[in-house]
Amino acid sequence: MTAAIEVLHLTKRYGDNVVLKDIDFHVDEREVVCVIGPSGSGKSTLLRCVNRLEDPTSGQILIKGIDICDDDTDLNDVRRRIGMVFQQFNLFPHLSALANVMVAQRKVLNRSSGEAELLARAQLDKVGLGEKADSYPSQLSGGQQQRVAIARALAMDPEIMLFDEATSALDPELVGDVLAVMRDLAAGGMTMMVVTHEMHFARQVADRVVFMADGVVVESGPPEQVLGAPSQPRTQQFLSQVENR
Amino acid sequence: MTRHQRNQVLQWAVFAAGVLAVVAFLWATVEWDAVRRQFFNAEVFRDQFPTMLTEGVRNTLIYTMIGFGGGMVFGLIAALMRRSSVPPARAIALGYVDVMRSLPALLVILIVGFGLPLAFGDNLPTWANSNFVAGGFALALVAGAYLAETIRAGIEAVPKGQGEAARSLGMTAGQTTFTIVLPQAFRIIIPPLTNEFIMLLKDSSLIAVLGIIVGQRELTTIARQASNSSGNYTPLIAAALCYICITLPLTFLVRRLEKRANAGTR
Repeated sequence: MTAAIEVLHLTKRYGDNVVLKDIDFHVDEREVVCVIGPSGSGKSTLLRCVNRLEDPTSGQILIKGIDICDDDTDLNDVRRRIGMVFQQFNLFPHLSALANVMVAQRKVLNRSSGEAELLARAQLDKVGLGEKADSYPSQLSGGQQQRVAIARALAMDPEIMLFDEATSALDPELVGDVLAVMRDLAAGGMTMMVVTHEMHFARQVADRVVFMADGVVVESGPPEQVLGAPSQPRTQQFLSQVENR
Repeated sequence: MTRHQRNQVLQWAVFAAGVLAVVAFLWATVEWDAVRRQFFNAEVFRDQFPTMLTEGVRNTLIYTMIGFGGGMVFGLIAALMRRSSVPPARAIALGYVDVMRSLPALLVILIVGFGLPLAFGDNLPTWANSNFVAGGFALALVAGAYLAETIRAGIEAVPKGQGEAARSLGMTAGQTTFTIVLPQAFRIIIPPLTNEFIMLLKDSSLIAVLGIIVGQRELTTIARQASNSSGNYTPLIAAALCYICITLPLTFLVRRLEKRANAGTR
């Protein structure tokens, strides 16, 4: 079986600064992989390479067997199949919550406005924000905005979901709602790559945890192994720092 | 009196003394009778209407609309070209903006006004041989250069994450620009756009250099002609009032519009 995401020998360089060094990484179908590590470790860059918001310097990235670095690949079609959730939500401020969830359905999938609205309302209901459909992003809390952003991604019927520190910009009391939505999604069998600082979430939800530091994958395995009994000193050091906070 | 009150009184006293000095100076030096007769003659004032409205205000608005509408088209195209991945497209847009911004509007109007009929000769339809076309086109060219920079600044003020979010949903670069980035950019640049509009409104008076044709005169031209023929400057004041009556409500309207746009969506 081909992996949902397959990254081979990926290197990413900004000038002289090597952010990712010869990374091999994969996410299987219906697998939830949490990527953890200190800031600057390259985990967000790796995630952003997966839908080519960043262009890799060298290496290969296959999404369901499709090489997305091939110039003949229809990148928009691949991106449509990969949902992405950002740390800063990135809701469109000039559109209502409903319109945020509808706009790409209309433009990219060419759904009729009736169909798009129906699906958008269903997605908003699912993240618990059916009543906020007419609100603008500025009228929503951070946690609500992030849940609309998740609904926006899900409305495209993605096969893979990417989460880039989805809860890092939230007030602590709002984190739970967003994590609950992500937990439901994982339970529903969604293929997920989650860059996160939420160790608790990783422990409970991840099928596999990948620890990155200084642009390389240091350790990878089931959460109880990587988080419970890490074999690498770098992982042990990071986890002790996180737990001592 | 507290220290604060003393301070207040002192500041008012300085202000009053200043005003008094200026008023006294003007009172002693200005020949008020002549000013009143030459600038504020009620009879001459009444004579300016309705022509000043039906021709002057009307044509000023038409020139401004043509200039602003055309300028927006040129400006948007130039702004998008500046961000193109095709280097010559970027170079042409940059050249247009830099050249147009270094020329006085008056000069552009003269060059276009005399150049257009010369360059296109018989290919130019007769209806196009008017101040509305030549003058409006020249204004649009000048305004477009300034608007291009304003629009570009607006586009760059939209956070990068907005484009990334749109692209991550599978939207094309064009869809992203027109449905996500530009609507936000225009909201950001409402104040400078108002400014450009007002500048253009006033620059429309320069079109008179292309020759004065009855029916195509705008406010300033009508006022100048009327004051020449009547030997009285009151028409100038009448024109000034007309400009103010267009500009102030517009400023007010945009300020309210802006407030509403910001309240709803940010």
